[in-house]
Amino acid sequence: MRITCPHCGERDRREFYYRGAAVDLERPAPDAGEEAWDNFVYLRDNPAGVTRDLWYHEGGCGAWIVVTRDTVTHEVLKTELASEAKS
Amino acid sequence: MDKLIAKTACAGLLPLTVGSVSVSEEDVGAITSVSPLKGQKKALSDALKAAHGMAYPAANRATGKSGARAVWLGHSHAMLIGPEPDASLEKHAAVVDQSDAWAVVRLEGDRAEQVLARLVPVDLRSGHFKRGHTVRSLLFHMTASITRVGENAFQIMVFRSMAETLVHDLKRAMEGVATRG
Repeated sequence: MRITCPHCGERDRREFYYRGAAVDLERPAPDAGEEAWDNFVYLRDNPAGVTRDLWYHEGGCGAWIVVTRDTVTHEVLKTELASEAKS
Repeated sequence: MDKLIAKTACAGLLPLTVGSVSVSEEDVGAITSVSPLKGQKKALSDALKAAHGMAYPAANRATGKSGARAVWLGHSHAMLIGPEPDASLEKHAAVVDQSDAWAVVRLEGDRAEQVLARLVPVDLRSGHFKRGHTVRSLLFHMTASITRVGENAFQIMVFRSMAETLVHDLKRAMEGVATRG
C-alpha cells in the first residue's frame, strides 16, 4: 500500500501510523450535549466503500494526513493535510 | 565539579570505510530547530536571507551551502545548521537549540546510493534526487533526515541516541554492497 503525503509525495505504508476515522476534525463543542459526545467518542461507521481516515506521517515529515480511501477496492482516492482539510 | 569532557555523538564509532564507501562524522556547528509562526513563513525566509544568506527551504529541499545550511525537516519545520541563529529569527519562528540532540554523518563514495537503497524506502538516485534535495524517511527502522550534499555524498541526521544503531546499520549495508563486487 502506498500513501501520497502532500509534502513528501508517494511513500511506503510503513512510514505511516494509523489513527482511525477522521472524526477528530469534527470535534463537538464542549456544550454540545451527551448524545453528540457519545457519538464522537464511541460511535463509528463501518462502511463498505469510501471512508476518511487520519494517518500520521511518523517516519517522514510528521504531518497529520486525511486519507480518503475505498475499503472495497483498497484504492486511495485523495490525501490532504489535516491542518487544511475541511470536515 | 570535575572537568567534563565533551564527546561527539559518534565518538569512537567513526570514521569507517568499507569498499568504496566511507562514512564520517560531520562537525556542523550549531543545529537550530526553526518553526515558522502562523502566516510568518515569508517573513522568516526574508529574515533568514538577511541574517544567514539562505531562504527558508521548500518541502524536500535544502538551501544554503556547506557551513550554513537550512534543511527542510517536516511540516512547518526546518533546521538551521552551522551558524548561531540571529536574534531576528525569533520574531517570526519558534527557535530552539538542538545542537547536541543529533548525530550528523556524511556518507560518501561512488556506491553510496546503493548503500542507501538497502536502507531507505525512497528512491535516492541522482536522476531525481539531486544536490540540495532532502527527504525525511526511514533509515532501516530509524527516522532520519537525508540530504544530498555532493555528487556522491549524503548528509544523514538521526537522533543522537541512535548514533550507534545508525553506524551499525550503515556498516551492514556497506558490507553488503562491497560483497557484491
